[in-house]
Amino acid sequence: MKIFVTYLAAFVVWLLLTWSLDPQEVLAGLAVAALSTYLTRDILVELPPSRPFHPKRYIWFLYYIPVFFWHMLRANLDVAYRVLHPEVPIRPGIVKVRTNLKREISKTMLANSITLTPGTLTVDVVGDFLYVHWINVSTHDPEEQTRIIVSRFERILKEVFE
Amino acid sequence: MSEIGLVLISVGVVFDLFGCIGLVRLPDIYNRLQAATKCVTLGTCMILIGVAFYTGLDAIGVKAIICAVFILLTSPTGAHALARGSHRSGVPLWEGSVGDKYREDKEGGEVHEEA
Amino acid sequence: MIWWMFFSILALSGLMCLYRVGAGPTPPDRTVAIDIFGTLVVGFCALLGIIEGRDFFLNIAIAWALLSFLGTVALAKYLEGRGFDE
Repeated sequence: MKIFVTYLAAFVVWLLLTWSLDPQEVLAGLAVAALSTYLTRDILVELPPSRPFHPKRYIWFLYYIPVFFWHMLRANLDVAYRVLHPEVPIRPGIVKVRTNLKREISKTMLANSITLTPGTLTVDVVGDFLYVHWINVSTHDPEEQTRIIVSRFERILKEVFE
Repeated sequence: MSEIGLVLISVGVVFDLFGCIGLVRLPDIYNRLQAATKCVTLGTCMILIGVAFYTGLDAIGVKAIICAVFILLTSPTGAHALARGSHRSGVPLWEGSVGDKYREDKEGGEVHEEA
Repeated sequence: MIWWMFFSILALSGLMCLYRVGAGPTPPDRTVAIDIFGTLVVGFCALLGIIEGRDFFLNIAIAWALLSFLGTVALAKYLEGRGFDE
């Protein structure tokens, strides 16, 4: 099943990249998609354990996109403020936060989201813990840190990927 | 449509500039990585989406959108790899930092080198 | 006119990255600057694609994004002191 999904995705990307429906291009696309699926068969992402095509997942994913872009825009304005301010107001440090997500793909997406949102950069993921470089450490309480950094996306990603 | 594209491209270019100012002004590698990754990723994505708006849905626009999605996925991953690599190769945090939980845990043995 | 402004701002950003490549005190600093420079080139190629009206500049942009990512990950592994096959 996951091989078929990957094959289909690779073929669609090929069609979009060549942007023509010429029979030669389509045949080449079928071959290239098969080859790339074969070469990556060991590192493919597993489908979610239960009901991978339930529409609720896709609705949550559609909700995730605007939330993500909103936080990303805020992150950029935040960086612009810190960079253009004459004294460069930063209090950096590396903190340790906890996540409840279990699957590899959802931890990866969480780490990527954290990197692109205001003031935080994931340095490493070890088990259930994320080490996050925070440009403006505002509290030293681990619970509070987890609430500020992780919970923005954790709930949405849980619905999408788990 | 092309006006929306031009506005998006302008904003993206300005964010790129902010990111690079951050790269020059901030004091240590982790802060530079933060500012540069965030600003340049969003800036370049906005340029690419602006290009897509400007040309409409033809070969250029579709490739620009695919490229934007690709950058959005790979750029933060590259940033983690670099942050982890430089921390493990022993680059210290800026002296004004308020704590380094990662180094404490590595010295305390909670994080193993191969983890 | 407006295109010249975009290109000058991008060129200025690129010069700042090159400053960091030259000045950056540690090897990771230089690697970060090169990574960011690669992303800037992708934007540059996309703008060139518009004013030339050809789509192969976007092919260059996609290939550049891919190679820049691979290079960054390889250099990060190298900094960590590990082989490329892990």
